[in-house]
Amino acid sequence: MREIFVTAAEEVLADARTTIVLADISAAAFAPAAARYPDRVVNVGIREQLMMGVAGGLALTGQRPIVHSYAPFLVERAYEQIKLDLDHQGVGAVLVSVGASYDRAAAGRTHLAPADVALIDTLNDWTVHVPGHPDEVPGLLRDAVCGRGSAYLRLSTQTNARAYPEAGDLRVMRDAGPGAPLLVAVGPLLDAALAAVADRPVTVAWTHRPRPFDTAGLRALAGTEVILVEPYLAGTSARVVGAALADRPHRLLTLGVGRSDLRRYGTPEDHDRWHGLDAAGLRRSVDAFLTPARAAA
Amino acid sequence: MTTTTATDPALLGALLDRVRAGREFGANVYSTLDVLQVLYDRVLRITPATVDDPDRDRFLLSKGHAVAGYYALLAAKGFVPADWLDDQGGPESRLGDHPDRLLVPGVEIGSGSLGHGLGLGVGTALGLRAQGRTDPRVYVLLGDAELDEGSNHEAIAYAGATGLGNLTAIVVDNRSASHGWPGGAASRFTVNGWTAATVDGRDHAALHTALTKHDHHRPHVVVAVVTDGE
Repeated sequence: MREIFVTAAEEVLADARTTIVLADISAAAFAPAAARYPDRVVNVGIREQLMMGVAGGLALTGQRPIVHSYAPFLVERAYEQIKLDLDHQGVGAVLVSVGASYDRAAAGRTHLAPADVALIDTLNDWTVHVPGHPDEVPGLLRDAVCGRGSAYLRLSTQTNARAYPEAGDLRVMRDAGPGAPLLVAVGPLLDAALAAVADRPVTVAWTHRPRPFDTAGLRALAGTEVILVEPYLAGTSARVVGAALADRPHRLLTLGVGRSDLRRYGTPEDHDRWHGLDAAGLRRSVDAFLTPARAAA
Repeated sequence: MTTTTATDPALLGALLDRVRAGREFGANVYSTLDVLQVLYDRVLRITPATVDDPDRDRFLLSKGHAVAGYYALLAAKGFVPADWLDDQGGPESRLGDHPDRLLVPGVEIGSGSLGHGLGLGVGTALGLRAQGRTDPRVYVLLGDAELDEGSNHEAIAYAGATGLGNLTAIVVDNRSASHGWPGGAASRFTVNGWTAATVDGRDHAALHTALTKHDHHRPHVVVAVVTDGE
């Protein structure tokens, strides 16, 4: 996804409003673009606070900044700059991260950012894109850059087998009929979710745009059992789902990355397993949720 | 577009009293007033008619708590109606204890949390450069204690290294930094390639000279030392 992002970002640089702001991460990949647009590919060095301040200042002059770094450095390190230099100034930017929850698991906690979407979710009116396949990235980036507000694109090395470029609103991937439990999967967890409930009467809907969440679609599809499967902190979208279904009795299971620092390395696949986000883990959680009495026994 | 009319001290004093409304102001307000007057009287190319002109000079008040004199001066220059000053901080007021750019005409950034203005100023300078706007300058007003914030040092190093010539920082130095800046605040900038001038922050002629002697090739800092009347 990172490579296809670089290519797509070079293309949107044709618009003179676009400015890419980097803090050394991916700077080599953007070197050709920097040579072509020296005033609009800005690498501030390893300075993440400045990176976000610069984005705010650029936006104040009418430029459209694309700010890019590793997820923990982009979203967590200078959170106050995101809050004040963008939101409070009333200007927008497009933030594009790589690394996701545990793409570089062997690098340890410093390079893991499962809380990024939850942090962005403390802000108002942000669009969040979590593509599930590299081919979804260019369209999402173009849409975000063409907009005026703020958007967060969360790129990952984890992908589904197929791309579904038009899936902002919930898209039904498997229909188990009226009243069936609804599983909502986000981004690259679609394939694992489909595999987990392949032989269960569960409807599966998917999106790569968790914010704004398609609450109308959710209300149309949801029965009394709703299962959220997200590739970042478990429960990140629980408040949205809870509010959307506040007027009806429902049960909600939220699956995602756990909160504890595991202090384990390994591969992203290992972390999927440890957080119960592989197909087998998802199946165990879904089965327990749908047959609570048996699970308790 | 340059404003050259000196602000009437009696008018400014009366406007400041309307903001003050019987409260006591600290050194952070009075130590900034002279710099603000020189900027708005003699340096900044901005008027109430040009607050949205893309080629205007930008003034970014980073030390947002020094806002009372700023509001008084904005009223004196006609950016905001004087009667806005009378209920500063009130429930219906547009004038908070820190300024909000979306609420106050002529205010370029919402500030208050220290250490944000210089980064925004660097981005603004870069944006103007990317648009081929070579005339407008970006002025950012900081305090010496605010300079403690590490975010400023990211901005100082980057602006110096890249020769961001359309940027001027003004540091009002009233010796309020907890651990001080041995060698003077200016040395933190010059070591990173900025030009610098350190002057008496009450001396309008010296401030004007310092604020206008940038060389267009490097960022420039004016340290306005204010030691009296604290």
